[in-house]
Amino acid sequence: MYIIVVGGGKVGYYLSQALLSEGHEVLILEKDAAKCDAICEQLGSVVVRGDGCEARTLAEVGTERADMFIAVTNEDEDNLVACQVAKHKFKVPRTIARINNPKNEALFKKLGIDVTVSSTNLILEHIQEEVPTHPLVHLLTLKGGDLEIVEVKIPPDSSVVGKRMRQIVFPPDSVICLMIGKWGPKVPTGDTILEADAQVVAVTRPEAEGALRAALTE
Amino acid sequence: MNVVIMGCGRVGAQLAALLEEAGHKVAVLDTEPYSFRRLPAAFKGTPLVGDGTDEEYLKKAGIEEADAFVAVTQGDNRNVMAAQIAKHVYNVPKVVCRIYDPIREELYHTLGLETISPTMVGAQLLRDKVVG
Repeated sequence: MYIIVVGGGKVGYYLSQALLSEGHEVLILEKDAAKCDAICEQLGSVVVRGDGCEARTLAEVGTERADMFIAVTNEDEDNLVACQVAKHKFKVPRTIARINNPKNEALFKKLGIDVTVSSTNLILEHIQEEVPTHPLVHLLTLKGGDLEIVEVKIPPDSSVVGKRMRQIVFPPDSVICLMIGKWGPKVPTGDTILEADAQVVAVTRPEAEGALRAALTE
Repeated sequence: MNVVIMGCGRVGAQLAALLEEAGHKVAVLDTEPYSFRRLPAAFKGTPLVGDGTDEEYLKKAGIEEADAFVAVTQGDNRNVMAAQIAKHVYNVPKVVCRIYDPIREELYHTLGLETISPTMVGAQLLRDKVVG
């Protein structure tokens, strides 16, 4: 595949390195001359100095035959415009934008960007997983964004410890899919008894997250 | 009319003054408070420090009741992004956006934004002075 990467910072560099090693044809667009030189030295002549939002630059690097277009600069507005130009002017079938400000996720979707990756959210989620006191951790946002998979750890002092699953009132659209207790993982039924320190994996809506956490931990 | 202007440079400030003179209610957003020195001393509208690509500040500036939104910061992409938020998220009836790059301007014009490229307009005016 021919893949164009806009932005030769750390994300752009390591992404391109990985794509090249998989055998793809990769071209990096980067504005900064020093970064271009460094990339050229490390990865070979796969970098062109230029603005990935400028239609003229994109025409020069053959964007119309690109299979994928990935914008990973530090500026959300630049990633948005680069992807929109690639999509609408050069008809690139798949555009991916990095988002730095999580607030922009819904907007980018609305404005037609095929895939968004929120780097700030990803880092936050990973750090949350490592904070042992944090009772609810996001594992995954399902396609469309209105459902998510979360993990809740049952604290030993929770009122649900020792109760059966059916005795607990969960918020609507929240489904418990898995319980990992001291006997290993199992798919819970109404008769399953909740154990202290068990990890519960559930599907829920973002707005019901607080209620789900309260139901399992209070 | 209620008008929100993003960017208080020479053009933004001048536009704010003209609109206020004509009796409109104007709010001006800029990330740099020092830019508001360009507004007339008697300006009665609302100068607001904040980023116009952030919905929080757009709301503070009154985007939900705005009849018009104008994006005139130095950054083409910021203007394009803010204009699209105003048009597609807040359904502001009149949205105008400055884009220096003529090719990008043409593209967003075909995508339905009302755009002005000072590069194009300026070059054409100068050409007419030179050869006209």
